[in-house]
Amino acid sequence: MSETATTHAARDHARAMGSTVVDTMPTLPARSATVVPAGVDGDTVVWAETLAGGGATSKVLSRGARLRLDDIEGDACVALLVHNADQTAERLNIADTVKVQWQAYPSTGAVLLSDLGRAMMSITSDSSGRHDAFCGTSNRVTNAVKYGDGEVDGEQPNGRDRFAVALSKRGLTRRDIAPNLTLFKGVTVGSDGEIVLDAVPGTPGTHVGLRAEMNVIVTIVNVAHVLDPRPEYTVTPVRITAWSGLPGGVDDAVRLGSPEVGRAFLNTDDLYGAASHLDDTALATSPNGATS
Amino acid sequence: MTVVHDEIVRARAPWSHVVKAGESLRIIDLEGNQAVDCLLHLVADTAERYSAPDTMAAQGNIYLRVGTVLMSTEGNPMMTITGSTVERHDTIGGACSKESNTLRYGHHTWHQHACVENFVLEQSRHAMGKRDIQSNINWFMNVPVEADGSLGIVDGISAPGLWVELRAEADVLVIVSNCPQINNPCNGFNPTAVRMVITAPEAR
Repeated sequence: MSETATTHAARDHARAMGSTVVDTMPTLPARSATVVPAGVDGDTVVWAETLAGGGATSKVLSRGARLRLDDIEGDACVALLVHNADQTAERLNIADTVKVQWQAYPSTGAVLLSDLGRAMMSITSDSSGRHDAFCGTSNRVTNAVKYGDGEVDGEQPNGRDRFAVALSKRGLTRRDIAPNLTLFKGVTVGSDGEIVLDAVPGTPGTHVGLRAEMNVIVTIVNVAHVLDPRPEYTVTPVRITAWSGLPGGVDDAVRLGSPEVGRAFLNTDDLYGAASHLDDTALATSPNGATS
Repeated sequence: MTVVHDEIVRARAPWSHVVKAGESLRIIDLEGNQAVDCLLHLVADTAERYSAPDTMAAQGNIYLRVGTVLMSTEGNPMMTITGSTVERHDTIGGACSKESNTLRYGHHTWHQHACVENFVLEQSRHAMGKRDIQSNINWFMNVPVEADGSLGIVDGISAPGLWVELRAEADVLVIVSNCPQINNPCNGFNPTAVRMVITAPEAR
């Protein structure tokens, strides 16, 4: 008789799988994660997950939380969307992020700006320095053309459909997929406007550290870059670690980095100051500097 | 060729019109250096719309020029730039908003009119809302990227009477904000009217 011929046998069969450990999976509770960035108290960890190439994941992070993304093998391609967790119509605006900060290549000291003029997240550390604010992510058509197939049930899942599924679980739709930022795959804009993707793969072991300046929904899709020249769909895992903390205070280095960013922090402060149901006790005691 | 629509859009105002597959829209910069912020939606499904990232990635270039195919969020051609007397147009600079104006110029600009106000209003007339503003085109606007990544809106390269012409590859709802910005050179610090002419090929 088969292992799953009866309900009791099928139950035992299913339960025997529960303790399986693989390289790419979430760790629960997050504070039990064994790989934690230096200096981080393991008890403060709120998200510990290694996301496989081709995958998607999402988490609500509180204002002040730190998020670290590690490109373990040097070939991750993290497409990132950020929504305000309390009013999801507000979201990352890539055009405003580059325009307001007068800089096409976001790195340490930059903020991710919302379309309502607020600082959503700060980039507090960046040992990669190679990112892409222009090309967005793949869709079903681009992957079908390049790989012969782009369906999410296949081997070359496309970024847009991955985002659509992840956001649907938050009650959001395709209308909520605005242009994303891509981390760990850098592009350069040439003098005639041409877009050049860095050589792939990149350097193993780089990371990006971010700090949530508001309550955010972070959605991450790890799919091959839309301009990746390789005929094989190639993308390696990203390790995600988040821990609780405080937002950038009045003497924070990112906040003080430019007048435009300073006003973006003021606008975020104003949101939490006026809406008393959103706890803002953290701000007054925020420490200087970032530790991610 | 038959003119099916011809309208002056006054300075600072929104505008929208359907351009059917095969028809062409000519946008004429009547007085010069007037940014025309533009969204495109597929009539058959307005959730599918113009995508700056998909358009730039498809052509490997940030500038919109004659021959550029304006791509949708789902990877489909929406319109093609079939002619332009301005060398290039912008799609990285986004649309001005009251909120981003507070960052760029200070909170004294909070009560000034802005493109996002126009977009939201015009989209509300087509059963859409703020979430439907994704990426946009800025016709006649000049946004260079320097070697060090410096990027910004600088003096325009358009002039009175210059134009751009777009052929619809599907039935497309074109939504425009005739940009009211007065704090940077995108409109030469003086918003002015533009003209919209939609033409259809001769019936055969």
